[in-house]
Amino acid sequence: MTTAPRPPLDLGATRRVGFRTILIREFGRIMRIWGQTVLPPAVTATLYFIIFGSLIGRRIGEMGGFDYMQYIAPGLIMMSVITNSYGNVVSSFFGAKFSKHIEELMVSPLPSWLIVIGYICGGVLRGLIVGAVVTAVALFFTRLSVHHVLIILSSVILTATVFSLGGFINAIYARNFDQISWFPTYILAPLTYLGGVFYSVSLLPAWAEKLSYANPILYMVNAFRYGFLGSSDVPIGVAYAIMLAFAAVLFTVAVMLLNRGVGIRE
Amino acid sequence: MLALSLKNLTKTYKNGVQALKGIDLEVEEGDFFALLGPNGAGKTTAIGIVTSLVNKSVGQVEVFGHDADTALEAAKSCIGLVPQEINFNQFESVETIVVNQAGFYGVPRKLARERAERYLKQLQLWDKRRAVARSLSGGMKRRLMIARALMHEPRMLILDEPTAGVDIEIRRSMWEFLRDINDRGTTIILTTHYLEEAENLCRHVAIIDHGRIIERDRMSNVIRKLQTEIFVFNLRSAVATAPVLPGYAVKLTDDRTFEIEVDREQNLNDIFAQLSAQGMEVLSMRNKVNRLEDFFMKLVEGSAAASATAAPTAATEPGRSGRCPVNH
Ligand SMILES: Nc1ncnc2c1ncn2[C@@H]1O[C@H](COP(=O)(O)OP(=O)(O)O)[C@@H](O)[C@H]1O
Ligand SMILES: [Mg+2]
Repeated sequence: MTTAPRPPLDLGATRRVGFRTILIREFGRIMRIWGQTVLPPAVTATLYFIIFGSLIGRRIGEMGGFDYMQYIAPGLIMMSVITNSYGNVVSSFFGAKFSKHIEELMVSPLPSWLIVIGYICGGVLRGLIVGAVVTAVALFFTRLSVHHVLIILSSVILTATVFSLGGFINAIYARNFDQISWFPTYILAPLTYLGGVFYSVSLLPAWAEKLSYANPILYMVNAFRYGFLGSSDVPIGVAYAIMLAFAAVLFTVAVMLLNRGVGIRE
Repeated sequence: MLALSLKNLTKTYKNGVQALKGIDLEVEEGDFFALLGPNGAGKTTAIGIVTSLVNKSVGQVEVFGHDADTALEAAKSCIGLVPQEINFNQFESVETIVVNQAGFYGVPRKLARERAERYLKQLQLWDKRRAVARSLSGGMKRRLMIARALMHEPRMLILDEPTAGVDIEIRRSMWEFLRDINDRGTTIILTTHYLEEAENLCRHVAIIDHGRIIERDRMSNVIRKLQTEIFVFNLRSAVATAPVLPGYAVKLTDDRTFEIEVDREQNLNDIFAQLSAQGMEVLSMRNKVNRLEDFFMKLVEGSAAASATAAPTAATEPGRSGRCPVNH
């Protein structure tokens, strides 16, 4: 028997390489199907900017003291980040479940929390790529001032993290393709449209304004917009507290579900 | 050292099916081990628990001394799995699949690429390395899963029905390949419902049926048991000692009953002649029920339906010494 001597197992190194591999694979997936991942948000954003920005926006004039195009640009970027980070993880993880290649990770020594972080980073990466593309589109139509670059970056990353986690949990429970489109269509899209992407909630009747404050997406959009314009409908501290709390709770839930093998392991 | 140790492994699925009813099993490091049983016996369930794809209900799993409950990452690092059903991403290229899998086990990318070249070449997939996995033939897909399982050079390779649905040529070249891997020190466990496959490859075998291990022995002993029959003789009058029958194994069970183990090829006339000569009068004779036999009848019927290659072979001495060419 000629077994080569084996180096002792280095868990730290295994995890580092494993994490990088998940990320490489997720990035590879985004690029392989760029026609479904990067192109559509660019097209949608262009349409939004043409219609709401150039055509209708000219009639609206100002919103919250800013040119309408400048006002909605951060909202539209954030909207595409939300949709795409969620969409990336929900379809990648559900796809892995559906075609069973999730088993490649389940038999590997990588712990559940690392697998979650890997997929979430994939979702954040997609959010950032799409966010950058939409920002580039926006720059064709308007000029974006930068008030707080750190707030821009941290709020977009936190928001992408929250929705990537949401997509992950959705994918864990989903049993078929209908169940991965249900939440984004009936919950996420309305909340996003009503989350202050297109308007300042101060324009709403009092009851609607109050109701809007129950929408977590409002805080995310406003924090992000604050990074550009320096103005927000909500206190920035509260926005961060909400994003951090959502991220922490959803992460814990996602790891727990994966650990138990819910929806994956009998 | 034990490569694998299962204690009282039990699995009840949510639908109430009791797939494993308390399995105890030990596999030595370096062994080539068969888990042999008909469809539905519980093989895939057992493998699934060992590889974390199925949650166990009760029991303990140890892999090279690492308890799967307390040292899961270490335990998993030792195993390479070739699952029964295809489970790679059909849209990825062959090379991507194996290189990424190595990464999940912590193999750095550069080393992974070198190994990918080695194993894809050995499994005749190197030309296909850029092909999308979906476009491979069935046999290639199986070989891809073998290459993938080897990428982190596991101490133990587990193959769940690796040759099911693979044509005979490819099956033989897979056997060759697996022997070679085993010769170099990798412990191999394979599940199969082909007796022929277990016989040709494996040194030890556990036979599993209805979620229970019904036999665990050297392959050669199992084959011998299958080739012999035990007859129970009842005598008219009591005897003090067993009759002396040169060439036969005789065992007295009480003063009027004894058992003789007979090769299926041997004739029985001789026995009667000698008993008469010794003045013993046989009142009746019956076959002793052979629990293996029932099982193998089922196995043979099952795989006859599948591919008609599973009849027990008579003459080959199985195991390491008996690596003679397959003769059917
Ligand atoms: N996911 C599952 N849910 C319910 N029953 C299952 C599941 N997987 C397997 N079984 C049942 O468990 C038993 C053992 O199956 P399996 O381990 O696949 O056997 P084998 O691999 O030996 O063919 C069978 O009766 C099978 O129907
Ligand atoms: Mg099976």
